[in-house]
Amino acid sequence: MIRIEQLHKRFGKNQVLKGVDLDINSNGIFAILGPNGSGKTTLIKSILGMVIPDSGELLIDDKSIKGKWKYRDEIDYLPQIANFPANLTVKELVAMIKDLRSRPGDDERLISLFKLEPFLDKKLSNLSGGTKQKVNLVLTLMFDSPIIILDEPTSGLDPIAMIHLKDLIAEEKAKGKIILITSHIMSFVEEIADEIVFLLEGKVYFKGDTEALKLQTQESNFERAIAVLLSRDNV
Amino acid sequence: MFYFLLGFVLLFLNNDLSKAVITLMNVIIILVPLIGTIFGVMYYYNSKEFTELLLGQPIKRSSIFLGQYSGVALSLSMSLILGLGIPFVLYGLFQSDMIWDFILLIVTGTFLTWIFTALAFNIALYNENKIKGFSYAILLWLFMAVIYDGLFLMSLILLDDYPLDTLSIGATMFNPIDLSRILILLKLDISALLGYTGAVFQKFFGTNFGLLISLSALSVWVVLPLLNIFRKSRKKDF
Repeated sequence: MIRIEQLHKRFGKNQVLKGVDLDINSNGIFAILGPNGSGKTTLIKSILGMVIPDSGELLIDDKSIKGKWKYRDEIDYLPQIANFPANLTVKELVAMIKDLRSRPGDDERLISLFKLEPFLDKKLSNLSGGTKQKVNLVLTLMFDSPIIILDEPTSGLDPIAMIHLKDLIAEEKAKGKIILITSHIMSFVEEIADEIVFLLEGKVYFKGDTEALKLQTQESNFERAIAVLLSRDNV
Repeated sequence: MFYFLLGFVLLFLNNDLSKAVITLMNVIIILVPLIGTIFGVMYYYNSKEFTELLLGQPIKRSSIFLGQYSGVALSLSMSLILGLGIPFVLYGLFQSDMIWDFILLIVTGTFLTWIFTALAFNIALYNENKIKGFSYAILLWLFMAVIYDGLFLMSLILLDDYPLDTLSIGATMFNPIDLSRILILLKLDISALLGYTGAVFQKFFGTNFGLLISLSALSVWVVLPLLNIFRKSRKKDF
């Protein structure tokens, strides 16, 4: 369970989060949407404790995460930009992360699923963007944690990997997990998300399922409905 | 590796242990802080991605940064100790009476490594911009190694008419490089070169009490930046 109350965060002059309230009680897939710079990544990084909020409460399983770190064992996080230490090989990196979590991971299945075997002994700096993203996915999804956070999981993936990703996400959902996803690919979001959380100018602007969104905006097309949400504010 | 070569070259050129130790002192005093600073800053910026990866994992923040710090500082001190130790031991250090001077030299060198690596990490933590971080780090080194001495000397000239013992000892405490230099100079018994000030310093630093104070001052120089790394790393956003 994730509960966020009145979360504020400012970077210099830029007030990114202006009182985000969010309650995630049930399991399922939650898509966090919003225009560029609306604070999606900041919100996610706050949940992970990588960004320290200026004010507000963040509770995971009814416990405040302030100054804590053990709770991160419950979370699998896929960073938006796959920044890896360049001088490690894929194999070493996987082994290291497994060692850090000190529990077994499901890495072999994922590696064969994404056909990463030929890259195992290559250095991470020599991988292409899409391959890096696949490694990123393996690192994130190999553990069986109750909360999964994916920041732009689709970036750079080829269609086959995309299908695998969707299958994997559905699989994890079936295990009764909370999955948070940000993405700019609306068809992807519409296909997998149970609920939409729309961030605009540092606040939660809309929260509900896709049907409710279409109803509210009186649009039958999901992508258009999102566009309406975006443009309404500009009028 | 660098220290190793340095040790050998110095021994060959001087052909005498005590002279080599003195030359070595000059090198240690100037180069060790520089190496510590540069490596500290470079390591921090290079491992930035790695840090971000680790931050998403269930690890305490302070242990990430303190781990990185001790990784750099430990390996630098090891290379100092081994690199200088091996050539000197091969040259017959244990049979000579220079051994204590040499140990003091290594100890202060290690302290300087820890101090300047910690300062470099502080600078890197406060500056996202690599170029800025590097320049600040080099400026810090330049200040401590060169400019501070100049200012110190100027103040001594300007305040010529007053008794300066306490001031000069105090000012020395505020610069780890100066502190180490004077510590070693006095140990090597060449304080006569320093004239009257030398006598004052000899009175203060030459005693066991003075040695103790100087070593604790060096420890404070390690601990304070470390605490700040700890404090800053808790509040920093990634």
